[in-house]
Amino acid sequence: MSAPADFNIDHIANLARIALTPKEKATFSAQLGDVLANIEKLKEVDVSNVEPTAHAFPVKNVWQADVAKPGLSVEDALRNAPAKRDNMVSVPKVVE
Amino acid sequence: MSALHFQTIAELADALAAGTTTSVELTQAVIDRTRAVEDQVKAFNSYDADDALAQARASDARRAAGRALGPLDGIPIGMKDVLAVKDQPLTASSKMLANFVSPYDAHVTEQLRKVGAVIWGRLNLDEFAMGSSTENSAVHTTRNPYDLERVPGGSSGGSAAAVAAGEAIATLGSDTGGSIRQPAALCNVVGLKPTYGLVSRYGLIAFASSLDQVGPFTRTVEDAAIVLQAIAGHDERDSTSFKTDIPDYRAALQEKKGPWRIGIPKEYFGEGLDPEVAAAVQKAIDYYKSIGCEIKEVSLPHTEYGVAVYYIIATAECSSNLARYDGVRYGHRSPDAKDISEVYFKSRAEGFGPEVKRRIVLGTYVLSSGYYDAYYLRAQKVRTLIRNDFLKAYEEVDAILTPTSPTPAFKRGAKADPLAMYLCDVYTIGVNLAGLPGISVPCGFTEGGLPIGLQLIGQPFKEADLLAVANAYDSAHNWGKQTPKL
Repeated sequence: MSAPADFNIDHIANLARIALTPKEKATFSAQLGDVLANIEKLKEVDVSNVEPTAHAFPVKNVWQADVAKPGLSVEDALRNAPAKRDNMVSVPKVVE
Repeated sequence: MSALHFQTIAELADALAAGTTTSVELTQAVIDRTRAVEDQVKAFNSYDADDALAQARASDARRAAGRALGPLDGIPIGMKDVLAVKDQPLTASSKMLANFVSPYDAHVTEQLRKVGAVIWGRLNLDEFAMGSSTENSAVHTTRNPYDLERVPGGSSGGSAAAVAAGEAIATLGSDTGGSIRQPAALCNVVGLKPTYGLVSRYGLIAFASSLDQVGPFTRTVEDAAIVLQAIAGHDERDSTSFKTDIPDYRAALQEKKGPWRIGIPKEYFGEGLDPEVAAAVQKAIDYYKSIGCEIKEVSLPHTEYGVAVYYIIATAECSSNLARYDGVRYGHRSPDAKDISEVYFKSRAEGFGPEVKRRIVLGTYVLSSGYYDAYYLRAQKVRTLIRNDFLKAYEEVDAILTPTSPTPAFKRGAKADPLAMYLCDVYTIGVNLAGLPGISVPCGFTEGGLPIGLQLIGQPFKEADLLAVANAYDSAHNWGKQTPKL
């Protein structure tokens, strides 16, 4: 099964910020075509007057007391950074 | 008496209290067992024997000073490699986090430390908990201890296999669509997914935040009650953590005697159910009838839409959650990235495996402009209908009984097609969508010696009742005390 005609893998991969190889694009399009065909059956269900569920037990307005608490040290926070300099995460130049 | 590494928490707690063993002796037995069988089972991503023995010595010192902390003090408990353990690796079985070291403890890790448990090793899973076999792990595929050619289930396959193989006394896993219950069923152990919100997700690597819950793998339902006692309860660091009274779960096993009204949903016994699984589950139903329970057929009419709803909601949430792996602050950064855009695109391409990419792509698609209402919103509405089905059934019954998995453990490589793999979760997904507690309890073996699990589904935040129902069967059969030939 192929993907629906309007399933544009290049567009989606760009939105997801993942560089896919041509082979991955072809494979995923075919596989997701099957999955989307299975999902199509949700169209059979009458959902008029049904409220959506985002959480099974929604908890609203969760506040914590506005008091300072100890957090991670700079050293711990930067421990897993791929590159760092002067207590900062460093990345390739963003602006030319 | 079985070897130390195959005993239950309840048995070991008594032995530790009586002084017939020590935590060091027990922990060493678990380490020795792990070293003996791990080449075959491959349950662990990493473990630190010296650290575990140091914790065990501290436990023995507490006990000697008369300050023992309860039934888990000195018991080695393994952690799925998505739960943060300070200063230890945390990989989610992904190249993306191959070199990550946890800067802090997860809430459940802290809770286990408070009751003196020995935090023991990090267990394999499908990458980022996406899968039903551990074959999606970037580290290695865990083997089923009952048949090394077969999968242990997933995503918490390492957690289930380690308990089955005697490489831990109990473990923790996480369950988004069945990732605790399905591997428990395939490996002859008890696996409990608590009600959504009962156990804090702080320090659990996020997959689908409205579905993820942490829970235990044990050899008996009584042991599951003991571990749940330690990890349940409100935590302000998880905004979805629910404020509710935590009863004495272990005491409830004795206090709550039934008889119960048990619902059998006809939709869970149809096409695709393996006959040997059906027969074993039927025997369990007959047992409940024999102890005076009322068995009632119930209907969960939207069951057939569960997998479709799940693969929209879970992938949508994962595409959002996994956006954090951008190669900037932590995780893999491509050495070839020349600008910030390439840091994102190449790091994610190199760091994520195929199933994770597939789900991110699907999730991004269903959330993308123009498709949101047709997919995500519609799925959330059908989720409401699935949840209402359960709540309606609970007007008539106390618990619902089903098979956990439609089949016993399958061979490695048998489900190369993603859709076939997704359909493994058909009996477990509804529980996550509805936020309910569910437990898989061992209920026998196939003629070929493969474990079978039955699933009991409870009412929200009524784990005490669910555990009592499950214990009524488990304490009379004790399938989970059988051990594999390794």
